[in-house]
Amino acid sequence: MASDSDSDGDFVTFGTPLEPLEEDEPLRKPVPLHEQTVKDEKGRYQRFHGAFTGGFSAGYFNTVGTKEGWTPATFVSSRQQKAGRQNARPEDFMDEEDLGDHGIAPRQITTTADFASGRKDVIRDKARAITSLSAPIPGDTVLEDLVAPARSSMGVELLRKMGWKDGQGVGPRVKRRLCKQRADSATRAFGSASPPNGSSESQDEEDGEFLPENLTFAPKDVTPIDFTPKVDLHGLGYRGLNPLAALRGGPGAGHINLFTMDSDRTNSLFGEDRKGQRRRGGVAGQGFGVGAMEDDDEDIYHRDIMSNYDTVLGGEEPGDGLYGWTAPQQYNRTKKDHSKDAAYLGKILEGFTLASDKLETKTVGIFPPPNLPRDFRPVHYFRPVVDLSSVSPMVAQALQTSRGHMAQEAPSKGGRHQLDSAQRRELLGEATLQGADCSLFAPHAEQQQQEALSVWSGPTAQAQTGQTFKPFERTPHKQARYDLYIDQLKQGDRDALELSLDPTMTEWERGRERDEFVRAALLYKPSSSSLSCRFTRGKQDDGVEADTVEVTRDQENDVDDKQAAVKMKMFGKLTRDTFEWHPDNLLCKRFNIPDPYPGSGFVGMPKVKRDKFSVFNFLTVSESPTASASPAPQGVKPSEPGKRSRWDVSGQAGDKERKEKDPVSEFLSVARIEASGSGPEASTTDGPTTDPTVEVLVPHYYIHH
Amino acid sequence: MSFPQPKPEVPQLPQNLLRTIDCQQGAVRAVRFNADGNYLLSCGSDKSLKLWSVSRGTLLKTYSGHGYEVLDADGSYDNSQLCSCSSDKTVILWDVATGQVTRKLRGHAGKVNCVQFNEEATVILSGSIDGTVRCWDTRSRKFDPIQILDEAQDGVSSLKVSEHELLTGSVDGRVRRYDLRMGQLHVDFINSPITCVCFSADGQCTLTSSLDSTVRLLDKSTGEMLGEYTGHKMKGYKLDCCLSSKDTHVLSCSEDGHVYCWDLVEGSLMLKLPVGKAVVQSLSFHPSETRLLTAMEGRVQVWGADCTYEHGTWTK
Repeated sequence: MASDSDSDGDFVTFGTPLEPLEEDEPLRKPVPLHEQTVKDEKGRYQRFHGAFTGGFSAGYFNTVGTKEGWTPATFVSSRQQKAGRQNARPEDFMDEEDLGDHGIAPRQITTTADFASGRKDVIRDKARAITSLSAPIPGDTVLEDLVAPARSSMGVELLRKMGWKDGQGVGPRVKRRLCKQRADSATRAFGSASPPNGSSESQDEEDGEFLPENLTFAPKDVTPIDFTPKVDLHGLGYRGLNPLAALRGGPGAGHINLFTMDSDRTNSLFGEDRKGQRRRGGVAGQGFGVGAMEDDDEDIYHRDIMSNYDTVLGGEEPGDGLYGWTAPQQYNRTKKDHSKDAAYLGKILEGFTLASDKLETKTVGIFPPPNLPRDFRPVHYFRPVVDLSSVSPMVAQALQTSRGHMAQEAPSKGGRHQLDSAQRRELLGEATLQGADCSLFAPHAEQQQQEALSVWSGPTAQAQTGQTFKPFERTPHKQARYDLYIDQLKQGDRDALELSLDPTMTEWERGRERDEFVRAALLYKPSSSSLSCRFTRGKQDDGVEADTVEVTRDQENDVDDKQAAVKMKMFGKLTRDTFEWHPDNLLCKRFNIPDPYPGSGFVGMPKVKRDKFSVFNFLTVSESPTASASPAPQGVKPSEPGKRSRWDVSGQAGDKERKEKDPVSEFLSVARIEASGSGPEASTTDGPTTDPTVEVLVPHYYIHH
Repeated sequence: MSFPQPKPEVPQLPQNLLRTIDCQQGAVRAVRFNADGNYLLSCGSDKSLKLWSVSRGTLLKTYSGHGYEVLDADGSYDNSQLCSCSSDKTVILWDVATGQVTRKLRGHAGKVNCVQFNEEATVILSGSIDGTVRCWDTRSRKFDPIQILDEAQDGVSSLKVSEHELLTGSVDGRVRRYDLRMGQLHVDFINSPITCVCFSADGQCTLTSSLDSTVRLLDKSTGEMLGEYTGHKMKGYKLDCCLSSKDTHVLSCSEDGHVYCWDLVEGSLMLKLPVGKAVVQSLSFHPSETRLLTAMEGRVQVWGADCTYEHGTWTK
């Protein structure tokens, strides 16, 4: 197609235009490799010195920096300094307003997140609040909190570098005793706070360690909460035997120090490493020694702490150590507890200590175990299913009672698994189902009879106008009887069979006929209505026809009327039909027209199933040539007595049929008769009259001589 | 200073034979003007389609590709493409300059009687003896028609396309007008097989010629008959009819070897062109001037209103 680029003088074209793309042209193959050449303006082949052809020295010769190549004047290689290169930063393009306090990039010194303190950042919280409102889930910024970088602040890093470990107490030193820590923990377990007075009191009474008054200690360690879930079935706090400790033969094995204050020492067997334990792998112990290269000395020599020994001669204090103290002793209990702890050989759970007073058996109520019968054997086996009827009544009774059933319960035959539906229904108390009349155990013929009855007395059978199948055509009497039988079946008569039989026949014949009738009735039962519309019977007489026929939605006028109209040269309304027609969407696009039915995916003429014998067949004129379906039956158009229209002459002639046909059609039919006999009537000489009250407009027509 | 009104032109009739072209194509089944009227397309029974220059009468190009006789042809508005239909049930889209077959559109079940481009040459519409009108897309590479119109109950003998309408005439005696804009189909019953249909230039009327030797002018909107033209003989052959370029006259071929020309309004016979002795098969009127093409047997005649210069002498 010639594209006239110069036809419009305002345009100036630059460059070579692309070849116009035509879809139906055969696709051109791409330029083959040997034709992909570059030529300079004089037509000489351009040399690239192997840059595009590959090879070992591809792109080496004649490149920048080589002796054959050239060095650009203002070229500085940035290969090594790529990192330092920074063309321009956004800040370069900003002015003072942007960099001010209210600009987009205010310059202020803030702490980065690494160094930020844990205090609330007001601005950040405000920003978060604002974003949370506009977030998809209004409210808390859940997503951001969900995915947060694992960041530890600089302070934590510094602490770590200085030897702090997670969980250790951190903060300013507190005035506390070493023992007091333990005491505090013990008392805190019971929920009571240690009063400051008490501490000062017990300070003096404590176990004789000489502690200066101003001694302070680091804050208490925080045991980090262990989030590992408990997945085993051991008891709380259970830790199995530490094989390393047991097999090592270390100080824990076999050497149970009774006098240790550190109850944890006994735990070394049970998986806990003491602080002093150094040698993890290999063998260690008194007998094995420590190598020269070891940094730390192992506990070769058994160490005893001073607290193992009394500082008071004469042994333990006699009595309970109260010295007549009768006041409440809740703060002094701890001493006894510790000794008890030491005496207890078993494992004491972390954070627990031995109870001071024994539980009263009365209050708690330790129950004795049940009295076992003499012959009790702690073995259980499942009771075999025993049919009670096959077993002696005594046994059955015993079984019943042992199972826990009430003895009065009616034993069902064979247990609950052998109930039949009726019994089950009884047990459950359900109403019996209204099933079909035929039951499983009824005789076969009866069932067939019932079936025939149900089939023929249904609504579909009633709709059947005629009956085409005549099984006994040869014997008219038999056929008559059969017809009678069928009729009575249709009426739902249960005794149809009996009634239709000929009483004059012998019993045997009657029996045979009975069977034949039933079988014939079943065999040629009327098809159900849902399927019958898909099939039509062939070779019909006019009485029995398909009720519906597929016609175009806007029904066509009768052809005969049209022909008559053409003969009379009355074109227009009589000869014209208008239908709704859907063009294809693409067709409308090609014609550059908007689709008249944009939503409809249908193309062509919509068809509708119409009853064949309906009012539409009597309508000959549609009111207006619009796409609406044929107007509602307006067959009856009574002409008003007051106004005489031109059709009245012919209307009176066909008075009887007036109800069915409208005046125009009548006129046509009359005219048709007349036309076949003689020429067209002189009624055409009258000028056309339009009677607005009559709904059918008289067509205009031209008179030709 | 006002100039006097120009005298109203007397409608001229193409009564003078300007040229006769011997097509050498066997029998010329159809002769058509192209969109601007400078070229002539002749469809021959020797399966070829020929492009001629009207003014000089010279053969410009021959298009071969059909398998059977070519029955109709049409040119696109820009003269770059031609479409032709044939008894071999195909419609071919040609490239004018190269003469190559751009598209061979198969789908009809019988011989294709008529073919036409739409206004923008994006769709080819073809009507066939199988009773369908198929709309083919020239833009895409699909070989399936966009839509198939199968409302006709007998073969489609003739079709014409306007900006938004498609007019088809069928052997079942009905003229069907598909209005794409409104989404309607109007059926006019003519009662005798239709041989040719065409639109009027103003778009208000349609002209229909049928095998009862009658040419009827029908109102497009109501379907009423505005004029009836008889006198010619059209009883058995599919012959063409047309309107003059200014809708002043109705022209029709006839089986008696003449071309009849009636006045549209009065209906009186104005001109009877003696073309020859055989059946005048086809005719085509120039889109703007008073020039007529007729085809009879193997020759094409060019008729005009002005004087002719033939064989060295001026004749009127």
